[in-house]
Amino acid sequence: MTTTSVTPTPSGAPSGASQPLLEIKDLEITFTTSSGPVKGVRSANLEVYPGETVAIVGESGSGKSTTAMAIAHLLAKNGAITGGHILFEGRDITHVSEKEIRVLRGDQVGLVPQDPMSNLNPMWKVGSQITETLAANGIAKGAEAKKRAVELLEEAGLPDAQRRAEQYPHEFSGGMKQRALIAMGLAARPKLLVADEPTSALDVTVQQQILDHLDHLTGELGVAVLLITHDLGLAAERAQHLVVMYKGQVVESGPALELLQDPQHPYTKRLISAAPSLASRRLVSSAERAEIREQAQESASSEAGRGAETDQDAVIEVQNLTKSFPIRGKVPWRSTPFLAVDDVSFSLRRGTTTAIVGESGSGKSTVAQMVLRLLEPTSGRVLFEGKDIADLHGSTVKALRRRVQPIFQNPYGTLDPMYSIFTTIEEPMRIHGIGDSKSREEKVRDLLDKVALPSAMMRRYPNELSGGQRQRVAIARALALDPEVVICDEAVSALDVLVQAQVLELLNDLQAELGLSYLFITHDLAVVRQIADHTLVMEKGKVVEQGTTDEVFHSPQQDYTKRLLAAIPGGSIPLAGAETIDVEAPVGLADETGGEGQGGPDDIVDPFAQAGHV
Amino acid sequence: MLWYIGRRLLQMIPVFLGATLIIYLMAFYTSGDPILALAGDKPISPAVEQQLRAQYNLDQPVLIQWLLYLKSVLTFDLGVGFNGRPLFDQIAAAFPTTFRLAIIAVVVETIFGVIAGVISGLRKGQLIDTTLLMLSLLLIATPTFVLGFLAQFVFGLQLGIAPINVGRDPSWQNLLVPGLVLGGVSFAYVLRLTRTSIAETAGADHVRTATAKGLSRGGVVSKHILRNSLIPVVTFIGADLGALMGGAIVTERVFNVPGIGTLLFSAITSGEAPMIVSLVTLLVVIFLLSNLVVDLLYGVLDPRIRYAK
Amino acid sequence: MPSDALKSRRPRTEHWVAPLAETPLQEVDAADTSGTPRSLWAEAGRSLIRNPVFVISALLILFVLFVAAFPQVFTGMDPRHGDLSLANRKPDAEHPFGTSRQGYDIMARTFWGARTSVIIGFFAMIGSTLIGGTIGALAGYLGGWFDEVISRITDIFFAVPLILGAIVVATRLGEMNLWTVIAVLSVFGWTNVARIMRGAVISTKSQDYVTSSVALGASSPAVLLKHVIPNAIAPVIVTATVNLGVFIVAEATLSFLGVGLPTSAVSWGGDISDARDALRTQPSMLFYPSVALAITVLSFIMLGDAVRDALDPKARKR
Repeated sequence: MTTTSVTPTPSGAPSGASQPLLEIKDLEITFTTSSGPVKGVRSANLEVYPGETVAIVGESGSGKSTTAMAIAHLLAKNGAITGGHILFEGRDITHVSEKEIRVLRGDQVGLVPQDPMSNLNPMWKVGSQITETLAANGIAKGAEAKKRAVELLEEAGLPDAQRRAEQYPHEFSGGMKQRALIAMGLAARPKLLVADEPTSALDVTVQQQILDHLDHLTGELGVAVLLITHDLGLAAERAQHLVVMYKGQVVESGPALELLQDPQHPYTKRLISAAPSLASRRLVSSAERAEIREQAQESASSEAGRGAETDQDAVIEVQNLTKSFPIRGKVPWRSTPFLAVDDVSFSLRRGTTTAIVGESGSGKSTVAQMVLRLLEPTSGRVLFEGKDIADLHGSTVKALRRRVQPIFQNPYGTLDPMYSIFTTIEEPMRIHGIGDSKSREEKVRDLLDKVALPSAMMRRYPNELSGGQRQRVAIARALALDPEVVICDEAVSALDVLVQAQVLELLNDLQAELGLSYLFITHDLAVVRQIADHTLVMEKGKVVEQGTTDEVFHSPQQDYTKRLLAAIPGGSIPLAGAETIDVEAPVGLADETGGEGQGGPDDIVDPFAQAGHV
Repeated sequence: MLWYIGRRLLQMIPVFLGATLIIYLMAFYTSGDPILALAGDKPISPAVEQQLRAQYNLDQPVLIQWLLYLKSVLTFDLGVGFNGRPLFDQIAAAFPTTFRLAIIAVVVETIFGVIAGVISGLRKGQLIDTTLLMLSLLLIATPTFVLGFLAQFVFGLQLGIAPINVGRDPSWQNLLVPGLVLGGVSFAYVLRLTRTSIAETAGADHVRTATAKGLSRGGVVSKHILRNSLIPVVTFIGADLGALMGGAIVTERVFNVPGIGTLLFSAITSGEAPMIVSLVTLLVVIFLLSNLVVDLLYGVLDPRIRYAK
Repeated sequence: MPSDALKSRRPRTEHWVAPLAETPLQEVDAADTSGTPRSLWAEAGRSLIRNPVFVISALLILFVLFVAAFPQVFTGMDPRHGDLSLANRKPDAEHPFGTSRQGYDIMARTFWGARTSVIIGFFAMIGSTLIGGTIGALAGYLGGWFDEVISRITDIFFAVPLILGAIVVATRLGEMNLWTVIAVLSVFGWTNVARIMRGAVISTKSQDYVTSSVALGASSPAVLLKHVIPNAIAPVIVTATVNLGVFIVAEATLSFLGVGLPTSAVSWGGDISDARDALRTQPSMLFYPSVALAITVLSFIMLGDAVRDALDPKARKR
């Protein structure tokens, strides 16, 4: 065990203040799956003291959520604690009975779960789900509970709480649902609040507000918080003590600031160098980016075989692009138009990357769809090499497709599960009748090599690949036709931090080598620094700010941009070799009515649920 | 919500029209001459034949016939059967019996099906679940008439507590065993549907959150699992009522129950097309109505539809 | 920053690092090329074989198929030969299952009946799946007006229950034969396949790999045939399997009501109908065909269940 910077205390002081609220010792958790027992947590050690915030940071599969859920015995049915101890206020609760743990749930240990969409019961009013908590923990009943529920919702920052309590979850936006969940978690005034990635499904500005509010509340109430997150910057900003987990074990823990500024374990070092919110501020980033851009533009012009003046060519130009969707109103024939994209104009130069940044509902993906000619604009034009793509028909459209390719967000939906990796990458060549089977196989090998995957992967199927690997296959497929422009629609957003860094590096390398031009759509302003030369900020369909990435980061003009920058988690933590983001965020509530889909029942029920019923 | 109801009603109209057209066409036009069937073995004079054709509108073009038929259905003026009695009267006499039968079946399938399904769903993978599942498979695989004979054998012959032949006295009592038989297959479907619904809901996120709040197991089950998973079951049962009325034909034949099914069966054997068409149309309408009620019910039960933006 | 403001009650703030030996770093996102490649179908196949329900149902089906193909192995008697003088015999050495009211040997009828049921069930399943699958796929894929119209047509056929529709047609056609029964069952039994296919196609066509294919320049029909249908077909297979069993029951029901195959054809349903009044006197007349029917149908429905468990992505823990 390596220990550094120990602050001495009066030895053996058994004062109440120094007893940990929660102690986890050598915890081991095993899951029984169809392919045998799997250890989700191998050995976890951590302590939480009263009133403090401890963050567990890790990627998926690190065991961070599992550890937290195990405290109140909330593991999935096939999981069990197979070793170690959990002590709450000195009492061993590892293997207590269901009855005993129920006493702890709610009024001693509270939970704020991760996904606001699925964690509220759609059949009950929001208010009644809070009164339920109060009743279950013996705090209040009936009319008194109702009053208290409204107070709690107000406390959590929900505006118009009285009216909202009588509504159903589907009438709430994502941010509002999360606030309701926070109210629920704190309703019975627990001593420890387990917050499992409480804001990762939300827009970054909303995230910041909610976390600020949570901090404030828990500080006031003296509640200790165990915060689970994958974002190191966020953890450092919100917690006093950090615990880093990797593959089911704790690899490093210590005071937040110290961990960031002086990491000891190689994994922590890796995380810090890869985390976008921190990496984006590295002074090195923009220099690296400039190099890549230069190389790319060289490759691009040598590919095109043209002179120097075409380096500044706009390979794609978007002029006054507008898209409106009719939304069905109360009566079927009266529909209100919804402007998803409103008069957007920009140009993408050959060999460079232009990023479009926006939160949900900003219209950025709609723009991408129109550039790909998958959606028709209501007005405005998209020009490829000066020609309007709307004028193309039939075979000329097909020719366009060869030159502009997409990479989508969800690695688990982007590859046809029935096709082998080889067939997936070969498909574009078959569609366009390029080469014969031998030359195609060669090309597939070459492409796999370019995306750093072993060629033995060819015969495998997507279900055997990880998310990052699938995304790399998607990149290979996109490159099969030697395109000039690649549209990355949130291409790295669904990946773990380290994998994300890897894929970003790959994208940069490929750009330099092949002279590609990227249109990079993302909601994460921090990622933009590492990949984009030119940045557009979109809000509610309109372009709010435009400029080089450096300009946008150093001298944002608009309020919205400043807000986005200020919301980057951990932006103000001083790190070696990095600048801090010192932006005065304009005062005012972030717009929480952002466009999450109001998930209602589908007209189509899951086909498998009906299959076999006559 | 209003739009939801309105749309469903609008959709029902073409379906009703289409279904009646198909039935009418099939009954009168697939083969054979219904008038000859009416005549049976007796030869009839052309004059009588002409008169009968006119009476049954068979001398008009097809579409007119169908429209006339629709009119008669909507005004409940169904005409006269081959035996001379007004069709409407015959049907009205037999209807309550079949309705009683269907009600018994629905009650049986609901109570037992849901309870068994809940137990099975909550104890998924355990012995009781596997047993109930096998039972449901057996019930689905066994045709209703076989179940009927089995019931007759066991309850009628061996135990002697129920009549094999209901015949003249279709009281609630006597219809109990036939009702059970009729509901047998539906019970199996309700069981499986409930089971799947419950098992799925039990693993849902909001159930875990409810548990995390400190709710007792009973509270979680009743307020968070049951409430959410019963909607598809309720809707199935509602639609089933309509389906059962038509499916009763087999059960009625086995137990000799004087309901619509028996009426339909004798119409089939004697080739009495007008009766067949009237009955099948009636059953189809009931089926459509019960589906409509179910759709409305769904709208009421699910707040996401009731309070849709 | 919160940590400045709050005075932590933590007695010692120590910076702990795990020894590297215990927590070795692995390559980020390493590709695992060990083991044989396994497609989804192969995985489904593996989990099927391990499922006892599948094994039992498969064995039963094989047995039924064998009986259907080679009934001579089990009985030497001619099922169509009815000798009235031998009617209503209880089971004895010469007629192990007894004889029916028309003098048929029940054992022969029971074993030869398998062929009828299997043929009808199989072809009705093929017919209904082809009709319903095509209609559902087109409705789901093309959407819009086309979908509305097709869905109404589906509703119309759905509103006419299988048995009732079959009754009406059977009455008008007079005598039914094997192929008219199959046709009738197909024409009235395709609606559930259509609905399932439509649902599966709608949820598949919104997947990114379909959009990618379009963006690569693939034509619309190519996308439907090469990407959408192969991925939508799994629940349809489950439904078709169960439908096979349901059609066998339906044929038996039709024969029972007298509107199915004539008595000269060997049908379990017909035999059971004939034996109606023998419940008191000679229940074996009812018993044997009933058991044979139940076993046959059960095996297909069980198979459908097992196949659904193997193919349903929710059931797989990954």
